[in-house]
Amino acid sequence: MKIKDIEYTTVSEVAGPLMIVEGVKDVAYNEVVKIRTSAGEERMGQVLEAFENKAVVQVFEGTRGLDTKGTSARFIGETMKLGVSKEMIGRVFDGTGNPLDNAPPIIPEDRRDINGDPINPCAREYPREFIQTGISTIDGLNTLVRGQKLPIFSGSGLPHNEIAAQIARQAKVLGKEEKFAVVFCAMGITSEEANLFIKDFENTGALERTVMFLNLADDPTIERIILPRMALTCAEYLAFDLDMHVLVILSDMTNYAEALREIAAAREEVPGRRGYPGYMYTDFASNYERAGRIKGKNGTITQIPMLTMPDDDITHPIPDLTGYITEGQIVLERGLHKKAIYPPIAVLPCLSRLMDRGIGKDRTREDHADVSNQLYAAYAEGCDLRDLVAIVGEDALSDRDRKFLRFADEFEKRFVSQESHEDRSIVKTLTIAWELLSGLPVSELKKIDEQHINKYLPKIKEEK
Amino acid sequence: MSEIVGKIVRISGPVIEADDMRGSKMYDVVRVGEENLIGEIIRLNQDIATIQVYEDTNGLKPGEKVVSTQEPLSVELGPGLISNIYDGIQRPLPAINKETGDFIARGVEAHALDRKKKWHFKPTAKPGDRVKGCDILGEVQESSIIMHKIMVPPTIKGTLLSIEKEGDYTIKQRIAVVATNKGDIKLQMLQRWPVRKERPVAEKYDPSLPMITGQRVIDTFFPVAKGGTAAIPGGFGTGKTVMLHSLAKWSDAQVVVYVGCGERGNEMTDVLREFPDLVDPATGEPLMNRTVLIANTSNMPVAARDASVYTGITIAEYYRDMGYDVALMADSTSRWAEAMREISGRLEEMPGEEGYPAYLASRLAEFYERAGRVRLLGSKNREGSVSVMGAVSPPGGDFSEPVAQNTLRIVKVFWALDADLADRRHFPSINWLKSYSLYMDEVSDWWEKKVGKEWLKLSSRAMALLQKEAELQEIVKLVGPDALPPRERALLESARMIRENYLQQSAFHEVDTYCPGKKQYEMLRLMLKFSDEIQEAVAKNVHMDDIVAIKSREGLARMGKVSNKVFEKQFKKLEQDMEKEINALIRERVK
Repeated sequence: MKIKDIEYTTVSEVAGPLMIVEGVKDVAYNEVVKIRTSAGEERMGQVLEAFENKAVVQVFEGTRGLDTKGTSARFIGETMKLGVSKEMIGRVFDGTGNPLDNAPPIIPEDRRDINGDPINPCAREYPREFIQTGISTIDGLNTLVRGQKLPIFSGSGLPHNEIAAQIARQAKVLGKEEKFAVVFCAMGITSEEANLFIKDFENTGALERTVMFLNLADDPTIERIILPRMALTCAEYLAFDLDMHVLVILSDMTNYAEALREIAAAREEVPGRRGYPGYMYTDFASNYERAGRIKGKNGTITQIPMLTMPDDDITHPIPDLTGYITEGQIVLERGLHKKAIYPPIAVLPCLSRLMDRGIGKDRTREDHADVSNQLYAAYAEGCDLRDLVAIVGEDALSDRDRKFLRFADEFEKRFVSQESHEDRSIVKTLTIAWELLSGLPVSELKKIDEQHINKYLPKIKEEK
Repeated sequence: MSEIVGKIVRISGPVIEADDMRGSKMYDVVRVGEENLIGEIIRLNQDIATIQVYEDTNGLKPGEKVVSTQEPLSVELGPGLISNIYDGIQRPLPAINKETGDFIARGVEAHALDRKKKWHFKPTAKPGDRVKGCDILGEVQESSIIMHKIMVPPTIKGTLLSIEKEGDYTIKQRIAVVATNKGDIKLQMLQRWPVRKERPVAEKYDPSLPMITGQRVIDTFFPVAKGGTAAIPGGFGTGKTVMLHSLAKWSDAQVVVYVGCGERGNEMTDVLREFPDLVDPATGEPLMNRTVLIANTSNMPVAARDASVYTGITIAEYYRDMGYDVALMADSTSRWAEAMREISGRLEEMPGEEGYPAYLASRLAEFYERAGRVRLLGSKNREGSVSVMGAVSPPGGDFSEPVAQNTLRIVKVFWALDADLADRRHFPSINWLKSYSLYMDEVSDWWEKKVGKEWLKLSSRAMALLQKEAELQEIVKLVGPDALPPRERALLESARMIRENYLQQSAFHEVDTYCPGKKQYEMLRLMLKFSDEIQEAVAKNVHMDDIVAIKSREGLARMGKVSNKVFEKQFKKLEQDMEKEINALIRERVK
């Protein structure tokens, strides 16, 4: 039996978010550390690197006030765990899993390692249940399905929080009433932004179904590393133990990446692109891949991570690595926002990889895939023509081209744009799409099967 | 051999250091800690061994024991590989699923091949035969497609003393005894081979047969040969995975090894769900019956990512040795390179470009060099091939980064995926101006003999047309299309026809997803004929607007979706209609 109650006062170095403790014995990699400052304050940490007689500890609540004289550390003998319970729903927690809402701590039904284990690919069920978000650009063109991870790539000053709140408010699977919960994980966002969500959830009554993990902008950065892991551990419990459909909103992954970089820099690691650690892809994946469905389980985890692209640059490592892991992306564009189009979703670079299997007959409608492809192709052509018109003027265009140009404008005005409380059904979305397509020559609708054209195109319908 | 037992002195993520390991060799497999995690030695310094651990190291402590197996990382080879799905170090995921549930726990041990299952073995060699490495002893029907050849391991040579009768055997039972100059050796169906070592061959040939993939843009313009290498670089969302899936589905290789290296879990699930239902066009059997899957998804331990590509290529070589044409798809080699970078960083090695280790280029080259069409070892002259297709995921879609550049220096085919094309849903989004294939001349013989005499000519004419279109587009951007003379406008129209209806191909349309060689040839011939005829028409003052309005133009556009069984008849009619309509326009004009 080893004694775990030793309090080491052998802190030899404190640097950035890290603390080095010497002369320790039997310390495990990733073990949790309880730290007491000389002023008697309690903090938490985790072992980042374990040697025979030395441990490198990352301190979650910041290293301010730590010293090499009076600070003591106690290794508690287990890795970071989160007590999970049904009672977590409707509650608010801080970055170390303690309640923030002045209510008593929860009594855990189980304690889970926050790092989780990877889902066996054989045990996964392929996601294909259509979620109607009520937003045309998502439902019609980049359909979200249950168990998907679909991030929103935004920029500073764009209304990504409103869009996320709208999705959380409106998301439903048609024709079903099922147990549903939201896990909201705020990493380094301002209290103003957090309040937007809280108020919105309050107004719609969603707060009772929401678990919140909050680390606001003025909370210690390092907690952001463990926060999404705690949120996802809670989500896994709700989904796979309690059969709930869980929507996880992670905001903002950019702050999470900054925290990763801070630790990497403090450890003097060889940096990868733009100073972010080389293992950022793996680290992101260990969070994102915790979405999904499992065979034989009713619950699901759907993830909507949000991130702000530094300088609106989609090739920046944070959106870039995210895009390589997630199943598509919703991209917001400043240009549309300036044109007062809400939601300012830039359709062309958006993608939902799981869309093809989630739509069609018996799921949405048989013409959905064709219509979506046609809208994409026509809008892309219209946008090209805009560039051309800027040089040669509209008069130089042929009749056909002018129709595409007009299509692109109408598409933005009627299809992309909608009210922040407008909950469009998929049928309504497709109806608008067909109305827009009727402005193009029928011979140009090459991506749509003839039978769908005959059935749905307004002009042809009237003739009948 | 004495046992080597050391103890952990340092843990940093997936890399640990162990003391008292003197006597271990580089790349030997070790068991780490109380939970028996699997690791591999990657550096030795006096008594200290640095080890990369293939499983999560959470909770591991300095002082725990490390036991060397004194064997390099190896895969098990034998019947039972086909239709299975393995993790990076060849643990069977379905068996693990049964044992430990929906999540992959640590320290799980499971044999790659089922020890209890009996296979029906039919001997083809007889006692007294002189045998050497890769000679065939007998056969086992492994799946409805694959006849598994039981071979003499590559390193053994001698006289066959005895061989078991036809009957059911497990992979561990003795099936033959060979007398060698080192004594009698018992052989079983199960073999082992170290993954980082290439399986030997007698001779490497130049590839000369095309691998037919049923993808028009690939087969016609950028073909890959059997035994060739190809790279598919593209940013996220450009369709790398859909394309690799299409290749895994439709290419005419006999065995497919698909390595999901650091990619999404759902993609592997998709393959698992779809392949058993899809039918191989060559044999009419489910595609799963010719496929081996290796999955190291992005959240599985990073060290095993490095192992996964080697595990995959070793299995591919094993089936090649039976005489099969094998295709290996690796999605994505960038994740493998990043895994190397991560481990290298933990070893505090001096970094090369963008933090990648200096040996990145040589590792990539070694891997791709294991592809090839070869004369196999063994007494008879037999041939087999391994073709390798690797996806590359360059950060920000920028091909100038080290992984893409080092890969391009090695591979012979470059399919450049283009985000711009993907954005407008032009799939497969292979950029025809940037891509290339160095196998064009090698495979044209086959096409011209088997499909049509004019193959190379059609292909180069179409490519020239597309090239010309790109140049004209630059002018159009400045002056608008109306300012062009009719000849040029006709050219744009024919190029658009090829671009939209030949290059584009829907992976999700039941017919269009696979386009047989003959149909490709006929489609291209008709489209180029359309181009010739409208050139003639505009020369005789027919208006472009009238040409665009003809009915057969729509028919040409929908050729890809015409059933692969009856296309010849329909295409003939289409050709006649087209001639009639254009001739009518010309006659009217002349009047």
